[in-house]
Amino acid sequence: MNKFTVLNGLVVPLDRANVDTDAIIPKQFLKSIKRAGFGPNLFDEWRYLDHGEPGKPNQGRPLNPDFVLNQPRYQNASVLLARENFGCGSSREHAPWALEDYGFRAIIAPSFADIFYNNCFKNGILPIVLDAVVVDRLFKACETIEGYVLTVDLDKQTVTTPSGEAIRFEVDGGRKHRLLNGLDDIGLTLLQGDKINAYEARRRQEAPWLFGGPRQ
Amino acid sequence: MSGLTLFQKLWDAHVVHVEDDGTTLLYIDRHLVHEVTSPQAFEGLKLANRTPRRADAAVAVPDHNVPTTDRSQGITDPVSRLQVETLDANCAEYGITEFKMGDIRQGIVHVIGPEAGLTLPGMTVVCGDSHTSTHGAFGALAFGIGTSEVEHVLATQCLWQKPSKTMLVKVEGELGRGITAKDIALAIIGKIGTAGGTGYALEFGGSAIRALTMEGRMTLCNMAIEAGARAGMVATDATTIEYVKGRPYAPKGAAWEQAVAWWGTLHSDADAVFDRVVELDAATIEPQVTWGTSPEMVTTINGRVPNPADAPSDIKKQDWTRALEYMGLQGNTPIAEISVDKVFIGSCTNSRIEDIREAAIVAKGRKVASSVKLAMVVPGSGLVKQQAEAEGLDKIFIEAGFEWREPGCSMCLAMNADRLEPGERCASTSNRNFEGRQGQGGRTHLVSPAMAAAAACAGHFVDVRKL
Ligand code: SF4
Repeated sequence: MNKFTVLNGLVVPLDRANVDTDAIIPKQFLKSIKRAGFGPNLFDEWRYLDHGEPGKPNQGRPLNPDFVLNQPRYQNASVLLARENFGCGSSREHAPWALEDYGFRAIIAPSFADIFYNNCFKNGILPIVLDAVVVDRLFKACETIEGYVLTVDLDKQTVTTPSGEAIRFEVDGGRKHRLLNGLDDIGLTLLQGDKINAYEARRRQEAPWLFGGPRQ
Repeated sequence: MSGLTLFQKLWDAHVVHVEDDGTTLLYIDRHLVHEVTSPQAFEGLKLANRTPRRADAAVAVPDHNVPTTDRSQGITDPVSRLQVETLDANCAEYGITEFKMGDIRQGIVHVIGPEAGLTLPGMTVVCGDSHTSTHGAFGALAFGIGTSEVEHVLATQCLWQKPSKTMLVKVEGELGRGITAKDIALAIIGKIGTAGGTGYALEFGGSAIRALTMEGRMTLCNMAIEAGARAGMVATDATTIEYVKGRPYAPKGAAWEQAVAWWGTLHSDADAVFDRVVELDAATIEPQVTWGTSPEMVTTINGRVPNPADAPSDIKKQDWTRALEYMGLQGNTPIAEISVDKVFIGSCTNSRIEDIREAAIVAKGRKVASSVKLAMVVPGSGLVKQQAEAEGLDKIFIEAGFEWREPGCSMCLAMNADRLEPGERCASTSNRNFEGRQGQGGRTHLVSPAMAAAAACAGHFVDVRKL
């Protein structure tokens, strides 16, 4: 997993509440057995005027000029500014894969759906919850000021505006540590192998029906 | 000290290790696997030279991509076929039990788990699918996970979690005639909103919930995620134990006695304290119909599409306007005047035998309206299909003009050939009415199975109680 330390990123505002994972990456792309390459199909139904399919080349597809990601001023943005309940819907990790592949490393919103929030951390994306009033202010600022860049510092837990205002955000200590260092979750868990063994041994006594599992 | 909630009891029984900050390594008893969210997890495992810690705790089934029409030729879409073949290969390689496409037990992952007795009270159940909340109906802690976590569970049989806050959704009283668990679910979401349950584990309680069958409880817990909660649950009681008894993978003999003794404790203590309590009066719940592009955009069959001018905030006004534009609806339109092009009865929310029976009662002796292009019934599993056919329900549907299909997710998310065309309007028993969910440009209205069947026959939404 990619580390996340400090990001200086151009901000793109996506002014919709309840953006669901199907809008982030439509279901037809879930047929892929790969993890990479979803970026060109991020927000496919909003971004293009025609219907996207896996395997179909995206170059030359008609772009929806009204969609914010297509506006020249927001090209190469790496911070996504969103409204409440971002990432609701399915558990598909294809959503953070697509956001990451496109180039987003941080998402700022007043709230996120739980599973999506969790999935972001597994893929080197930092989801940041800020107060709705603050988010609203950031929306106005980045729509008014062209080339609006925010500095996200995970270690300090701050988002700093171009005028130097540092806004603090909260993040769980364990997640922060893993993201800062790009650590592999599974590797860390396996260090607890003795405890897992002990738990299993105890459970086998208490609840033997939970072991042995389905027989064909 | 106050008593424990069901959530706390389930949590405590699965703690392997706790970090200083409260992050907990939680043991997972059952891992359900399907073709869409697992290939990258198996690939990750392979790349790291790891193997599943407990293949016996996992069970796999293909459901999202499978065709619901004739399967004798296999899957024609090469991309879908590769995904299902990849699942087959991974299960074969690691010795994971799989209910394959030709198996009578194949079906939607959240239908087959309970049906086979793979989902049991007191378990932690996970699956790379958000509707895993369904399994909480048994008094289990069940929640959806992403693909990284699928890999994590395969490798370690554990997950890192922080305890959720708890919310009790209490539904007291008696449901009116024709009102189902689906209507309760939509009414709750209408009340607390699609983010109302974010960060919470929901427990459904109260006399109306106790009176529900297991299938009704599954429908309700299935929709917990639509209220923003990863997990929904109902306490284990006699109804639960009766349902589980004799299922193929349920414990037998002495193990059964031992299990039942524990299961009897799986309820919130009378003096348990919840972080939030929401109450609903069952008697006031009417048949629900969604009008927008989020499950919280819901009203009753006797209601009207709201007018964005009446929205409580600017953001909501913008949301409603966009939703109505997408749905091709005008504010103030009576719900009963909205006509439908297609009808879908199926999905992990409403494809069990009781759902099919409820729809069949309405379809019996009626005909699908000539204005309806397609009305389809997709059973949740091969066994549900078999049971329905044994009861002659397939004939009722076919005679009425419905299509009777093979089991799978089908038009719930339109990953296979079953989908809406742009602009088509559908009465659907599924769980999500998001933009494009049932096909690009498709317009979904969520309803109960009986309401869907009624809409199919009337050609528009109609109060099933008045038929
Ligand atoms: S039926 Fe629909 S909601 Fe349920 S698992 Fe399948 S796609 Fe997901």
